[in-house]
Amino acid sequence: MVIGLGAALLAAVLFGVAAVVQAIAARRYGLVSWMMAGVAVIYVLGWLLLPVRGQQASIASRAKHDSRGVALALALASVLGVFLFLAGAFNEGAIETYGWPQVTSVAGLTLIWRNAPDDERAGMRRLVEPLSGHGSAKSVRRATRLRFAGAAVLFAVGLGWLLNLRGGIQLLQPLGGFLLVAAALVLLFGPWWLRIARDLVVERQARARAEERADIAAHMHDSVLQTLALIQRRAEDPQAIVQLARAQERDLRSWLFEGRAPGDADVSSFAEGVRQIQRDVEAWHGVPVEVVTVADCAIDEHLSALLAAAREATVNAAKWSGAAVISVFAEVEPDKVNIAVRDRGKGFDPAAVPGDRKGVAESIRGRMSRHGGEATVQSAPGEGTKVTLTMPRSARSEPEGQASTAAGGPRR
Amino acid sequence: MSTPAAAQAAARPGGPPRVVLVDDHGLFRSGVRSELGTRVNVIGEAEDVDPAIELIGRLQPDVVLLDVHLPGGGGHAVITEVKKEHPEIKFLALSASDAPEDVIAVIRAGARGYVTKTISTSDLADAIVRVADGDAVFSHRLAGFVLDAFAAAPAPGDVKPSFDPELDQLTTREREVLRLIAQGYTYKEIARELFISGKTVESHVSSVLRKLQLSSRHQLTRWAAERRLT
Repeated sequence: MVIGLGAALLAAVLFGVAAVVQAIAARRYGLVSWMMAGVAVIYVLGWLLLPVRGQQASIASRAKHDSRGVALALALASVLGVFLFLAGAFNEGAIETYGWPQVTSVAGLTLIWRNAPDDERAGMRRLVEPLSGHGSAKSVRRATRLRFAGAAVLFAVGLGWLLNLRGGIQLLQPLGGFLLVAAALVLLFGPWWLRIARDLVVERQARARAEERADIAAHMHDSVLQTLALIQRRAEDPQAIVQLARAQERDLRSWLFEGRAPGDADVSSFAEGVRQIQRDVEAWHGVPVEVVTVADCAIDEHLSALLAAAREATVNAAKWSGAAVISVFAEVEPDKVNIAVRDRGKGFDPAAVPGDRKGVAESIRGRMSRHGGEATVQSAPGEGTKVTLTMPRSARSEPEGQASTAAGGPRR
Repeated sequence: MSTPAAAQAAARPGGPPRVVLVDDHGLFRSGVRSELGTRVNVIGEAEDVDPAIELIGRLQPDVVLLDVHLPGGGGHAVITEVKKEHPEIKFLALSASDAPEDVIAVIRAGARGYVTKTISTSDLADAIVRVADGDAVFSHRLAGFVLDAFAAAPAPGDVKPSFDPELDQLTTREREVLRLIAQGYTYKEIARELFISGKTVESHVSSVLRKLQLSSRHQLTRWAAERRLT
């Protein structure tokens, strides 16, 4: 009985598939389509008979025990059968040729649907879902039903219109048919397309948000996280902690409410920016910074990035190198600006830095490359570290070779 | 009191250089004196321009360690005055100040080098010995000033008629050496970095010093003019 039912079910599905294929093949598609059909059949067979990993029984073997499913399939098949029989009685040959195989297929699919593993069923549901709209609220379901009804009517009328075409009918008629069919399609698939478009917009917004978050993360890393690390290190010195906290608060406020990047105070000249780094690092980390600047120029967006990268390199040296002094050399040349940050401290193996450390990768290299500059890090354990940053100058900012000499020059 | 020739003979070679300290801060003088210890023989101290000129003329040391800022007229006044009588005495300028024009002024007056007061004691002793041996001593800051002063290409009007236009420009190599000094490299490290000998590094530095003292570049002469040196 069990084997008999399984075999019968299979035979039914196979017959349905084969019959469809035959119908197609009869229209001169020939051997190729038969072979393709064969491959498809083997695939379907495997899908039905091989149990999914982690499951004991295949779809086919479970379908045999599903008496309610069998009943449902039979009922569905019989209703369709009656319908087809009636249609046949009205002498519609085409329906009979294509119809009976469809009936068996529908019955088979019903059983497959009911007995497919959960994830496969979920997959199939997702496939159908776009058509039915989402949400289970009553209004949604009613809207879906209306949509389907409307689509069916339009489709039927449109199709009928097209089928009624015999040569000699006015030119507008086929167009009307097409319009109706198109309207049916829009009605059917409209929500789906809308959802795809909406998903695209959502995705774009998500990407923008992610970029913004990366920006904020870099700022936070350079400011708040650094300060917190410092506070932990100087836990025994309450005054230093208060000072750090105040400075950080000022910084954060100016960033949040005045839109200024951390540390980039009212600095208009490049050399002044370098000296600002010196002041901050000396104040915060207690490590002397020897600064030498050669020539000067006005700051633009790229040079701000250069300064931010140099600041990060200097802070890193102050925090990790253990060196007694850090040397920062900044030189403005006609075509580029260089900063070299050097310490004679511990050094490290640049290849051994874990990838999730943000300092060098993001705050230095990333910043520089985003603005068209370059960063090289030379270091080896025990030999100190040298970070060299180079930023090409944009053509419009004129060199001010005498700026720093003028600043120190006239004494009045 | 020995004759100048005898003093000169007693100075070098071999023994520690004889040094006179000129600085208006007594605390600094006594600090340097006790820290320098045996590598350098501190034979005298002065705290202002006129006493310093008198003392140096009397003791004729190998090296004068000279503060750039002195109440009675600045370090360059001491150099200018002493050089008239004793051109062989060498000066090493020292200051806590960063003002380039002060530093360039003492160099142009004839100092063989410039170091900041933050220098470590052993480095200071090294610098004194090197100056006594006739080499130039450039601190990272002085290197920066010099690069700065020679940075921009001189406009035609900037340069006074010069008997040696070469003096107005640094060579590429000299620039490289100065850059590394400005980054805090020692001469030895520079030699390694540039694949040249330590002697070559020193000759580059001396050559830069010569240009600095003799060049008629606008910036340099302007600084000098402000300090009434020309």
